[in-house]
Amino acid sequence: MERVEQDGEIINARDLGVVACTRCLQVWPQEVQTCARCGRRLVQRDVKSLQRVWAWWIVGLMCYIPANLYPMLRTRTLFYVQEDTIVGGAIELIHYGNVGIALIILLASVAIPMGKFMAIAFLAFSVTRPSAISQNQRQMLYEVVEYIGRWSMSDIFVVAILSSLVQLKILVAINPGLASLFFALSVIFTMLSAQAFDSRMIWDAQQQGKGQK
Amino acid sequence: MTASVAPIPRTDLIVFLLCDASYWLARPGHGECAFCHRCHTVLIMPRRKAGLQIIALSVAIVILITAAAIFPFLSIAVAGARNSVSILDAALAFSDGPLVVLSLATAALIIFVPLARVLLSLYVLVPIVMDRPPAPHATQAFRLAEALRPWSMAEIFAIGCAVALVKISDLADVSFGPAFWMFAILVVLVVVQDNFLCRWSVWNALSKTAKS
Repeated sequence: MERVEQDGEIINARDLGVVACTRCLQVWPQEVQTCARCGRRLVQRDVKSLQRVWAWWIVGLMCYIPANLYPMLRTRTLFYVQEDTIVGGAIELIHYGNVGIALIILLASVAIPMGKFMAIAFLAFSVTRPSAISQNQRQMLYEVVEYIGRWSMSDIFVVAILSSLVQLKILVAINPGLASLFFALSVIFTMLSAQAFDSRMIWDAQQQGKGQK
Repeated sequence: MTASVAPIPRTDLIVFLLCDASYWLARPGHGECAFCHRCHTVLIMPRRKAGLQIIALSVAIVILITAAAIFPFLSIAVAGARNSVSILDAALAFSDGPLVVLSLATAALIIFVPLARVLLSLYVLVPIVMDRPPAPHATQAFRLAEALRPWSMAEIFAIGCAVALVKISDLADVSFGPAFWMFAILVVLVVVQDNFLCRWSVWNALSKTAKS
């Protein structure tokens, strides 16, 4: 492994008077408007990105509420019809003794989405306010959020597999509930929210802090 | 712009997008990689013969996706009643009312986005690897492929499968169809293909040939 040549302190691209294309990584002088290689508009810092982050964040949170109130799965057997919300289904599984799966479900569809909402909100706040948590940790948090975000979709795929597979005419049939739509939307909107965040801003706060000292 | 002088790109610098750290560019050799001291992101990671390997993997993925989407994926049996589904059936499970949107989205996330990304990368890479000028609109094609990257969720579908299997296994007898095994291989290939592709090198190749 070879590290990029560097001695002394790390310099921000902004302080060197250059800007990198966010799509193809080509480096241009600061005054260039669009990247000639891939055609993307060049921005030193995406100042409006925080607004986009918050907009997607709020829509995502709004979708997450009906996702928990409406039933996720509708199970119809010979004798009864049962509708389960996300949390209700997990509690049911605990009653039947499947504690392991119940915990996986609670982790994937309650703990991770909630954690994601809090992490994105924290990151968006931390770039405007001084934060006790170091830049490296926040950068890591951002990468984790971006990486984990997609995995919540697995819940929707579980519903898809169950409701297509368990279709045994009169005996038993599982159908998706309305919550699945809202849950999918919530995952998509939080992914967009995390993508809108310009993580370069995490490192600007550090530079400003140094200037003040 | 009225100025006739084209701006000159700074090819001597490299900037890490996640944290805006800039470095003098030192091109790593094959099997080496360049990463950032600050955020530890790897930016350049060229591999020997990566182009041919990626093309081979991509062709395999195209064949596997097509087959895996059509052949039976899983089947269950309870008290004489049987049902068997393909991946396409599973994706289209949300078929009533407003859930149709979700059906289309799942079909796209599991099958069509991974397929589109592989086809686009083939379109971009084949001319580069054969030392020909890049295909028309190759930059746009690669741009689209990169934009679709977070939305390719084949590997997440695999996790969903595992959870669903555990859930049904007490309820019914589940058996795997041929598509199940194809999909298992497919997921591994998709991840490997994605990790072999050095984006910086591809963009570099695209810009070099565009100038000459």
